[in-house]
Amino acid sequence: MSKKIKKKSTFIDMTAMSDVTVLLLTFFMLTATFVQKEPVQVNPPQSVSEIKIPETNIVSVLVEPNGKVYMSLDKQPDRWELLQKMGEHYNITFTPEELKKFSLLSSFGVPINVMKDFLALPTEEQDKQIINLGIPCDSINNQFREWMRYAKIVNRDLVIAIKADGGTPYPLVKDIMETLQELKEYRYNLITSLKNMPEI
Amino acid sequence: MAEIQEKDSGGKKGKQKKFNVRVDFTPMVDMNMLLITFFMLCTTMSKPQTMEIAMPRKDVDIKEQEKIKDSRAVTVLLGKEDRVYYYLGMLKTEDYENPEKLVETNFSGDEKSLRALLLGRNREVVEQMKELKLKKDNLEIADSTYRKQTIEIKKNKESPIVMIKATEFATYRNLVDALDEMNICSIGTYAIMDIAPGDLRLLYNRDPQAGYEVVKEEK
Repeated sequence: MSKKIKKKSTFIDMTAMSDVTVLLLTFFMLTATFVQKEPVQVNPPQSVSEIKIPETNIVSVLVEPNGKVYMSLDKQPDRWELLQKMGEHYNITFTPEELKKFSLLSSFGVPINVMKDFLALPTEEQDKQIINLGIPCDSINNQFREWMRYAKIVNRDLVIAIKADGGTPYPLVKDIMETLQELKEYRYNLITSLKNMPEI
Repeated sequence: MAEIQEKDSGGKKGKQKKFNVRVDFTPMVDMNMLLITFFMLCTTMSKPQTMEIAMPRKDVDIKEQEKIKDSRAVTVLLGKEDRVYYYLGMLKTEDYENPEKLVETNFSGDEKSLRALLLGRNREVVEQMKELKLKKDNLEIADSTYRKQTIEIKKNKESPIVMIKATEFATYRNLVDALDEMNICSIGTYAIMDIAPGDLRLLYNRDPQAGYEVVKEEK
């Protein structure tokens, strides 16, 4: 008697697998907070502090090693209003298209007098040019102070966070801190990366 | 991909054929996996850490300074090339020319470090903080109580008051390291201050080649 090997179908039911993946996908989509594009890469120094930064209403100040300053606001309507107010202060009228373009940028950092030209550029050009620009914050032309002042006017609840590179010379950071002191902002956050608490 | 199997239903003519519809989900799974990978790579799961600091108001600062007891004051100077110095108490005029007053230290955690000094001088508070932390970890006290008690403990009348003064040569990392030591050693009162001419004089006497004096004259 010859035994015939039964041919089994190799068809695997993928429905369950699909269910699982869709579930995971939903989870990741809902929890996703996208990495914000920053004009320059900075490495914040390490600290043992475990306080987390609040999720919304942050105005962050990015300081790169050579002292160039960039700012970012997390809400689009705030950015729109901020540029409008800055324009009024420096007597520059921005068109609604320019305001729209500005409100779409995650971070900004160009002197106000070249802002109009900057906004007219395509995105790739902007990314290239912003590295060489930055907000002027010296004592003669402290535009950073104006940005910060108007940012606080636009949204009172803003929390200030400074993200500076570890190698930034202290005087540059001090300038920023002093500007904030002038604006009567005495409490702010320094963004750091986590280091383990040593045994004491 | 969808497989439709035809079932033999008795060969009766005119009756509708029954279909068993089975859809292959493999490509769907493939696509989902791809999307998951994308979202996983694009998200930042951990939010960045921050250090909360409160700077002194410019107007009240000077009056507060005079009240500090001499024995409690520790001044940390952040110098050139990541060098750190400290001195105890307030500077008197004759101390300016005495480089021995200045002690070189570091942020490492060994017996010569700033941490060893501050932990020694702040022992009472550190012990209390340890106990409190243990209580919190064992869920004996709530988070808000923990914070309240932390503030109370740090008000200790004997713990050192640290003044952090950075020279022009210090980097931001040095500053954060110094602030970090304050956190580790549970120092309740500390301040970031501008460097005084006397401190620069002391640094110059300690290390004449570093150029501390030049900076002072520019100011």
